[in-house]
Amino acid sequence: MPGALLSVSGLVTHLGSPVRPVKAVDGVDFEIHEGETFALLGESGCGKSITALSLMRLLPASGRIVSGSIRFDAQELLGLSEARMRAVRGGGMTMIFQEPMTSLNPVLSIGRQIAEALRAHQGETGAAASAHVQELLQAVRMPDPAKRAGEYPHQLSGGMKQRVMIAMALAGRPKLLIADEPTTALDVTVQSQVLDLIRQLQRQRGMAVLLITHDLGVVAEMADRLVVMYAGEIVECAGRKQFFRDPRHPYSRALLDSLPGLGNRKQPLRAIGGFVPSLQDEFIGCRFFPRCERALSVCERQAPVWFTEAGHRVLCHLYTDEAERPAAGTPGAATATPVESEAGTGPPLLEVRRLEVHFPIQAGLLKRTVGHVRAVDGVDLDIPAARTLALVGESGCGKTTVGKSILQLITPTEGSVRFDGVRLNTLPRSQLRRRRAELQIIFQDPYSSMNPRMLVGDIIAEGISALIPDETRQRRRQRIENLLNEVGLPADSAQRYPHEFSGGQRQRICIARALAVEPKLIICDEPTSALDVSVQAQILNLLQALQQQLSISYLFITHNMSVVSYLADDIAVMYLGRIVEQGPVNEVLLRPRHPYTEALLSAVPVLDGDAGREVIRLQGDAPSPSSPPPGCYFHPRCPRRFEACGERYPARTEIGDGHHVHCHLHADSTSACD
Amino acid sequence: MPVLFWTDALIFLLLALTIAFVFYARRYEHLRAPWRQVGRSGVAMGSMVVLGFFLSVTILDSLHFRPPLQSAGLDQTGRYSTEILSVFDWVVTPIRERDEKSYSAPFAAYLYAKETVELPNGRKDRRYPRLKYGAAHLADPERERSADIISTGVWGLLKGMVLCLAVYALIVFTVARRTRASVTVTFGRINTGDTVLRWRPMLLTLGVLVLLTTTAAELAVKYHILGTDKVGEDVFYQTLKSIRTGLMIGTLTTLVMLPLAIVLGIMAGYFRGWVDDVIQYLYTTLNSIPSVLLIAAAVLILQVYLDNHADEFSSVAERADLRLLFLCLILGLTSWTGLCRYLRGESLKLREIDFIQAANALGVRHLTIITRHILPNVLHIVLITVVLDFSGLVLAEAVLSYVQIGVDPTMNSWGNMINSARLEMAREPIVWWSLLAAFVLMFTLVLAANLFADAVRDAFDPRLRQQ
Amino acid sequence: MIAYIVRRLFYAIPILIGVNLLTFVLFFVINTPDDIARSQLGDRHLTAESIDNWKRAHGYHKPLLYHSEAAGMDKLIDTVFFDKSVRLFAMDFGRSDSGRDIGHDISQRMWPSLAIAVPTLLVGIGLNITFALLIAFFRATFIDYWGVVICVVLLSVSSLFYIIGGQYLLSKLFHLVPISGYDTGWNAIKFLVLPVIIGVISGIGSGTRWYRTLFLEEIGKDYVRTARAKGLSERVVLFRHVLQNALIPILTGVVVLLPLLFMGSLIVESFFGIPGLGSYTIDGIQRQDFAIVRSMVFLGSVLYILGLLLTDISYTLVDPRVRL
Repeated sequence: MPGALLSVSGLVTHLGSPVRPVKAVDGVDFEIHEGETFALLGESGCGKSITALSLMRLLPASGRIVSGSIRFDAQELLGLSEARMRAVRGGGMTMIFQEPMTSLNPVLSIGRQIAEALRAHQGETGAAASAHVQELLQAVRMPDPAKRAGEYPHQLSGGMKQRVMIAMALAGRPKLLIADEPTTALDVTVQSQVLDLIRQLQRQRGMAVLLITHDLGVVAEMADRLVVMYAGEIVECAGRKQFFRDPRHPYSRALLDSLPGLGNRKQPLRAIGGFVPSLQDEFIGCRFFPRCERALSVCERQAPVWFTEAGHRVLCHLYTDEAERPAAGTPGAATATPVESEAGTGPPLLEVRRLEVHFPIQAGLLKRTVGHVRAVDGVDLDIPAARTLALVGESGCGKTTVGKSILQLITPTEGSVRFDGVRLNTLPRSQLRRRRAELQIIFQDPYSSMNPRMLVGDIIAEGISALIPDETRQRRRQRIENLLNEVGLPADSAQRYPHEFSGGQRQRICIARALAVEPKLIICDEPTSALDVSVQAQILNLLQALQQQLSISYLFITHNMSVVSYLADDIAVMYLGRIVEQGPVNEVLLRPRHPYTEALLSAVPVLDGDAGREVIRLQGDAPSPSSPPPGCYFHPRCPRRFEACGERYPARTEIGDGHHVHCHLHADSTSACD
Repeated sequence: MPVLFWTDALIFLLLALTIAFVFYARRYEHLRAPWRQVGRSGVAMGSMVVLGFFLSVTILDSLHFRPPLQSAGLDQTGRYSTEILSVFDWVVTPIRERDEKSYSAPFAAYLYAKETVELPNGRKDRRYPRLKYGAAHLADPERERSADIISTGVWGLLKGMVLCLAVYALIVFTVARRTRASVTVTFGRINTGDTVLRWRPMLLTLGVLVLLTTTAAELAVKYHILGTDKVGEDVFYQTLKSIRTGLMIGTLTTLVMLPLAIVLGIMAGYFRGWVDDVIQYLYTTLNSIPSVLLIAAAVLILQVYLDNHADEFSSVAERADLRLLFLCLILGLTSWTGLCRYLRGESLKLREIDFIQAANALGVRHLTIITRHILPNVLHIVLITVVLDFSGLVLAEAVLSYVQIGVDPTMNSWGNMINSARLEMAREPIVWWSLLAAFVLMFTLVLAANLFADAVRDAFDPRLRQQ
Repeated sequence: MIAYIVRRLFYAIPILIGVNLLTFVLFFVINTPDDIARSQLGDRHLTAESIDNWKRAHGYHKPLLYHSEAAGMDKLIDTVFFDKSVRLFAMDFGRSDSGRDIGHDISQRMWPSLAIAVPTLLVGIGLNITFALLIAFFRATFIDYWGVVICVVLLSVSSLFYIIGGQYLLSKLFHLVPISGYDTGWNAIKFLVLPVIIGVISGIGSGTRWYRTLFLEEIGKDYVRTARAKGLSERVVLFRHVLQNALIPILTGVVVLLPLLFMGSLIVESFFGIPGLGSYTIDGIQRQDFAIVRSMVFLGSVLYILGLLLTDISYTLVDPRVRL
């Protein structure tokens, strides 16, 4: 097609040994036009990053492009000599990566790193280059560019590093910017800044963007067109509106359905069962067939072919076969009333008062303490039995420390943690050990949360043998079997090692380990943020079901607003070691009072991106908890600050219904700003 | 009458521990899998055969006994010689007992230096005297020697080939039995390298070793194949005896070092606080003394002690053995700090990792956490360190013995061989065979150890596995 | 910066005290001065009187730790511990058992040691980095494979054989340089060439292999991919990005060795008859001169600790991430 800036056809990329290669990209075709934003959507391991690296010809040493064609700017890239390919890299198309933390050279100043790209592609050196560097830094809205150019990557926050990456990418005036999960490692408020920046630069410079992401929300906000990738191939290709109005491939539909949110609150989510097949296998039929809810008999036998209708292409038998075509329409979302648990009336199970955790900063000859990192700085929390409290905040706000100090894995500096009326943080070690069964924890990273050297059965039995040592071997084995059953794993899992399981399954094992000692409260520390959405749905369903069966309370620590709105009964919003707003979920989500909560909510990308909503953009990054700003901690970034904010920390204001907020805007004594 | 030296006891203890570890490792997939990877590396398996050869010599040389006195009459039964021999000595008796007068070159029939000999007619003449044993069977060495060497060598080779074929057949049959495949299929598999273990390089190395051994054995009976040294002792015998010394240093040092490094390293990292401070102080202090000097100081002290307590030892061999043991101890004491620091760092990282936090939350006790969670997760580091250190220690022995702070001067070791040979460097023409003998065996051992260590590191280091 | 250095020097004190105590225990407690005297005098004329005389002549006649008959502070000062160990802190090494001034010997003998050690180190690093870069540039090719094989073979040869082989080839066979010895001033150069060459060659195997690992580790990092995505050539990537990052561990690994260069190399110096501190130590060991060995142990640890301090300082200079 004329006008296509990039056209990829039949791209096949293999990784690993030639004998049994991982077919990471297995026949991919797409086109990107000048100036458009094209999204490549897929879950982890579907081959989307390898596709991008193939375009740049920057594959890791074990990878090779087997066949296909990549035409960029009327030039076939695959036949190009390495020297001419270098001119394309950085000049024609550039790439920014997921991990801004490690993607910059730590020992070169950022100015030099940008200047390097300028020299390579514009031939600029000396004063012209340094002027241009500052111009670029200005273009990516880096505050104080002249000073920043001389700084080193470790002096910048994650968001700023990603801006530097973008500035570096712009240096060669590329026609195509490949952004590989550019905001996945960033906080949601910073994510919205960076996405905004990319969108704006693209408009200014007429650049095309290939956005690679797993986040449907980001796609909805950014993309003009998108393709969905599954197991090394593209299964659907559509315009954004078409796609979100009428996702055709059963996989796309399932993805959309598995998103949690206020709309499907507390109902079972439509999770996708099974796993992504191994890309080392040979496929005969449709690759999604084993997990597809609407599979036909032909799907197993025969690979599907493309079906195109009004530019909306889908690779599925449902549309090409004689079988009846499914009716277009919104995915079937049941509209049963959500099961709301009763507001906690009884005495709280967990009662945290003025919890403080300060980590000393030591320096000097005798390790004198010269200051403190106030990781947690006076937190009050109550969790009644069988309820879920979500603790929400961005990275570094101290939410994980709250969780660990409740468990006494970190000794609190100040304050009290009462569980079932017993104050935990003054209990002697031996008594504390006995109470440990009642509080358990599930971690974020399913890979580091289990000892890779132990059998799953032994992992689950660990708590039983430590806390209930006099149980017979026979009964213990029975219990492990029951627990595995309860979390939806086969009984023979006990005899296997953690590495044989996928991320979602590992998280189930972790849940079983926690359940083994029959806890009353489980602290869930971002249990789904390392998982794909379809797997996240499975875990959320499981947690939900367990709460209903066993009346467990959850302290759900997360940064993901949609999970919060789906699962939580109450919300506490944390900023820089303190809770700024707390209340029942509907109150806080629908009528947020604190400007930070408002900003946090508005920064979350939403699927119906057209509904001209206003996004509150926060300036800059959160300050360091070792030197919080005077007055309200949030005021330097607050769009609605006034004089009082810089003077003193706002007191607690009751809004009613258990909803309270720390903000001068709502303080009883102060009238709201004029 | 069997005699057990300290180092003998310890090497057998180490052997038992290794076998126990093998049985332990077989039960755990995470330990089996990397070993399988080592097994797939041809270089590693070839090296392993070489190491195995050296190890068998060491073991044979560690079974000591006192031979019964033979010269005495029947009433003397139950009396034993004061000389202590090893099984290895007994096996190589033919080359052990044939001392010449002084230097002689490899395969020589005459001494290396002229001597004044009294001729049958009563006149005296300076000439090269015939050796007592080397090539003694030849009437006219000038003419017959080359042919005899070749024919003996070929005879040895032939014997070796027969032995090789026998071993080969035995292995093919055993593998066939174990994999339940037919002999021809197994034969094909082994030849194409299509087996779990890489048999081909192993068999190849084994074949070369067998051929060398049989040929050397055949020749060594008739000649001094590596010459003789200053006091006329067979150099080939010396260099073979040195194997045990080198291997002892390389392995027993580890035995001393490991418990210290593991216990202290993990404790420092896991408990932190004052425990950490004390342990860190300990190893920084030890580390700050250059290790050669620390060894020198310790050996000097030992030497003074041994000098002043000479009467406490019943034999020179026992004294030399004790010195070897102490050398291992001292080397161990100076080399545990590196591993300790490494393990401390790993334990510091591990104690913050989620599964140990989870174990804490489950109320698991410290000792259990250390043995169940931390130790298995640092075991690969220990293993890598042990195999990597081995070759360094063998080389260190030579250097230390050369500086005279190594093993006892009466003990056979490559360092002592080099040291005594060096003094003859200025001699014209040069006496080179002792150096060559020490070089060849030491180089073979160290190279095999290095290649094997590389394969083990590649298999066990998770960082390398990701690449 | 200065405050930091002062602070670090204070940290060194307890370690030096530890070293001092350890050497004291080793030299005077495990074996008493009587034992030393006995082994020095040999078996010939062992009378209690001759032992006493020897001890008195070498200052070992005082009590070890506590002089109960002396007055006041002398109870502590008039002891072997104070004379032989505490004085080391003031770099007062005393006299050797053969009666020479150790401090003077050290100041004389460190120059020949440096004359060998410094060129060996510099040339060695230069060569190792060059070879390692070459191998890294051709990574995953046969050059890489055989480069590593050669490295392993080289490092499997004992340093003794490098020396013997070098002496044999260059001096004995080709008569290029003298086999051993030393001279003053510029005349020393012809005596230095061989030891330096041999020092460099014996280090190439391990050095190159280690640096190669460092380079490959850096090459696998994300920022290298970024640099390539910018369109930089492989040469620029390797020399500007990879080399600069890998130089940090290389340099700091070298800096810790710098002060120890004064101590010289034991084996090289003794083989080549260079009158440096290395051969001084060897002589001390072989003559069983405890005073010399003790002094060298202490000097070695002082220099090592100095090396650690320099390492930390050099980190702050070459790595922008490390600040004081």
